[in-house]
Amino acid sequence: MAFTAFASQATVEQAPRKRSWIALVLLLPGIAYLVLFFLAPLISLIITSFQQPVLDGDIGEYTAGFQWQNYTDALGEYWPLVLRSFGFALIATVLALAVSYPIAYFIGVKARRFPLLQSLMLTLVIAPFFISFLLRTLAWKQIMSDEGPIVQFLKTIAILPSDGHLTGTAFSVIFGLTYNFIPFMTLPLYATLERLDTRYLEAGADLYASPFTVFRKVTVPLSMPGIISGTLLTFIPAAGDYINASRDFLGSSSTAMVGNAIEANFLVLQNYPIAAALSIVLMAVILIIVGLYVRRAGTEDLV
Amino acid sequence: MKFGKGLGLGIYTVLALLFLLIPIAYTFVFSFNDAGKLNIAWQGFTFDKWLTVCSTAGLCEAFGNSILVGLVSTVLATALGTLIAIALVRYRFRARSSISLLLFLPMATPEVVLGAGLAAQFLTLGTEKGLLTIILAHTMFCISFVVVTVKARVASLDPALEEAGRDLYGSPGQVFWRITFPLLMPGIAAAALLSFALSFDDFIITNFNSGSVDTFPKFIYIAAARGIPAQVNVIASAVFLLAIVLVIVVQVSRAARAKRLARQLG
Repeated sequence: MAFTAFASQATVEQAPRKRSWIALVLLLPGIAYLVLFFLAPLISLIITSFQQPVLDGDIGEYTAGFQWQNYTDALGEYWPLVLRSFGFALIATVLALAVSYPIAYFIGVKARRFPLLQSLMLTLVIAPFFISFLLRTLAWKQIMSDEGPIVQFLKTIAILPSDGHLTGTAFSVIFGLTYNFIPFMTLPLYATLERLDTRYLEAGADLYASPFTVFRKVTVPLSMPGIISGTLLTFIPAAGDYINASRDFLGSSSTAMVGNAIEANFLVLQNYPIAAALSIVLMAVILIIVGLYVRRAGTEDLV
Repeated sequence: MKFGKGLGLGIYTVLALLFLLIPIAYTFVFSFNDAGKLNIAWQGFTFDKWLTVCSTAGLCEAFGNSILVGLVSTVLATALGTLIAIALVRYRFRARSSISLLLFLPMATPEVVLGAGLAAQFLTLGTEKGLLTIILAHTMFCISFVVVTVKARVASLDPALEEAGRDLYGSPGQVFWRITFPLLMPGIAAAALLSFALSFDDFIITNFNSGSVDTFPKFIYIAAARGIPAQVNVIASAVFLLAIVLVIVVQVSRAARAKRLARQLG
């Protein structure tokens, strides 16, 4: 989707026109908007992350400074949350890929000759988008609650100890992240698998490759653009998410992620520099991962 | 093709899709729950919650705010994004790669960072948070998605059609409004729907930039600490049904148009 659309731009360019002042007029309002409301806020965030408290000031009063200490303080206190965020996001991304790939393959390849079935199934994949993210997550909380059917069943067959819980654990948070981002994984996978030329698969089989070898050597490489954009579209929002890990949703204080710390510091404790420093750390790590990942996977024309 | 293998995959896909629907079904069923303040255990069937939606303090106001914010930021983001998309496909200019990067970055930035960044900026400028700041924030994160969606449509547009318009002495304005714009309309409509959906369901960025104003997702977040009233499920179910009907109508009409076209050509 989004990421592949940018990757494919080289192929859609048409003959250049000369009147570049028209381009300027077309670009100026939108680009100016992004400079004012995306770029400038990022710079404010960097400035905020170095601020120092006003001497004898109230809570939430800060002044310009160059306080590197904010970063060491933030990481010193919250490093487990930072690690947990990337760990949870990584596990959720791998799980979502495992769940989504067969779905996308069936809709994109097997159901190709049945357009009606294909569009019905695609509608079902995006159906969760039409109901609030928060309500979906709360629904899972109720379903997995201690009185709910799943916990009762797991206790009956003794998988879960009689005093065990599902909600508030790492399991439920990762489950929630995986569930919530499955459509983001399935759609880009579908977009590339739908264009997969099945004659390549037949050629592989004709050359005595086992179905698994065909899958590994032909299908997976050909669907790489979808795998890349799907994993990025899942990993990035999952790493920054704080709904699933929130105490009122699927998490508890022992599952808090970096997003929870940013929210608490910014909106509750009014410790803006710490929140800003954590945001910059999160953003920097994600940009490094995206950069390495995209270079490794060979789509350098992503932007 | 091997039928057995396809069958196993088909069964898996159906089960997986049903799994995706579980929370939706749960939300819908519990909109009919005859519960008091806490809508957790099933108490019996009632239509009451559908009839008394606005009796919950602040709920309908929050919902109205979400619609308002969604509409205004959709119009703004769609207009700004469409212009950028046309420029990117049709014109060659310097700084092209920096502009692509500027469009890509908001999509690669976690929402919590976008939200905290804007909040830090509003704090520095002393801007009071409210509906305006929510709209400014939503427009920002929708623009890139509009560009991506509309760009594909601009790229598939045959420039000869516009040339024909110019050859027939159409002014640039006439060529744009009579030829380019109608041909881009499906892409623009898709981008607008996507923007509205993104804005309507956004919580994280809103939470950082809304001050005391509630939107529908923020109402849910605050209520989650105390227990969600069933009226929330009513609104969510109604929005869901409306959206699904819209999607099905669009798909059926598209399929019908494709069939008609195929018959005319065949």
